[in-house]
Amino acid sequence: MDDLTLSETGLAPQRAGRILLIACGALAHEILALKAANGWTHIDLQCLPANLHLWPDRIPPAVEAAVDEARGRYETVFVVYADCGTGGLLQEKCRELGVEMVAGPHCYSFFEGNAVFAEHADSEFDAFYLTDFLVRQFDAFVWRPMGLDRHPQLRDMYFGNYRKLVYQAQRDDPALDLKARDCAARLGLEYERRFTGYGDLAVTLAEVAR
Amino acid sequence: MADDEIILSELSDDELVLQMHDDLYDGLKEEIEEGVNILIERGWTPYDVLTKALVAGMTIVGADFRDGILFVPEVLLAANAMKAGMQILKPLLVETGAPRMGKMVIGTVKGDIHDIGKNLVAMMMEGAGFEVVDLGINNAVEKYLEALEKEQPDILGMSALLTTTMPYMKVVIDTLKEKGMREDYVVLVGGAPLNEEFGKAIGADAYCRDAAVAVETAKQFVARKHNQLGA
Repeated sequence: MDDLTLSETGLAPQRAGRILLIACGALAHEILALKAANGWTHIDLQCLPANLHLWPDRIPPAVEAAVDEARGRYETVFVVYADCGTGGLLQEKCRELGVEMVAGPHCYSFFEGNAVFAEHADSEFDAFYLTDFLVRQFDAFVWRPMGLDRHPQLRDMYFGNYRKLVYQAQRDDPALDLKARDCAARLGLEYERRFTGYGDLAVTLAEVAR
Repeated sequence: MADDEIILSELSDDELVLQMHDDLYDGLKEEIEEGVNILIERGWTPYDVLTKALVAGMTIVGADFRDGILFVPEVLLAANAMKAGMQILKPLLVETGAPRMGKMVIGTVKGDIHDIGKNLVAMMMEGAGFEVVDLGINNAVEKYLEALEKEQPDILGMSALLTTTMPYMKVVIDTLKEKGMREDYVVLVGGAPLNEEFGKAIGADAYCRDAAVAVETAKQFVARKHNQLGA
């Protein structure tokens, strides 16, 4: 399962288990790690392409199609997305579909823990966050979509008001740390690595798995 | 020099304006500066250069952005080119005068540092003849109030990019209501995660999905206000 596939295609469900998680492709590795660590064999995982984040308005209809497709095949369907820039529309859609979703504004928040993230929101609103997935896919999700490969002069229009890049590490990986540091340098930002582990994602999925 | 290179100074006025629309679309800052200077030298009024060459060109950019033909990087390049042209025109507009549509105070809300959309709106509003007081980013309600009292604008514009910061717009609007100031201003809101329902729910006059809509909406509200005053 490579990141390019998770970014552009997603991951098909195995059609096994009584609980289906419909997740963002950017969370696939983390969810599979939690599944393996906890022996959640009754949980199936379907990932939608992570690049939907480039067009947040496409997330609710994509989730709706996946939930419709899964109906009748599972006892429970759970959506592993936060609000993700949908302005509450994903929450509304999930309510309409009768399914639950992860709480929080985005994955940067739930990886750190929504409560902790909210606590420092006032002092850290000038931070740009990357997760393990986004560090690996920095060029595909940040650099190229923003046109910085073609127009590097735009960098400060995008990032001039940011102060630092915070790499929220889900796993200890020195190679990712180095890459994240390089991402910060490319954006002209200070660098901070912050180990978060899986944060609220682990707690939430443990509840769903019961 | 390539055979097909276009010499701007050799084009007729109409051809040059169309070429400037193309150059703006392609984000060619230096060509826009050159085009502006040529039109001014030919005796065009700064206002005509602004509206017919720059604003009209940027309107095409805005429409193609809305239709998914252009993307943010291209719009930013176009905006940079327009800004360069406007920098030449601004002092000339002050000297020669231009129709004033009204005044707007605009800023990104508290906790939010994103200003790309806000800057585009400010620029297009200026291009449409509005005087714009830009408060920048991360504005608390006190800063909005201070600016409103000092500047006495027709319009307050608020922008947010984050779902976590957009509720702050309601804090500002509610404070205006508490102070009995809400009806003194047209409140326009915008930003990627917002929508029309949100705008209504927080008590804004309108949600503007992009800079072009913001300009049109502002014009309508100001015209309505003038009509009411005239009635």
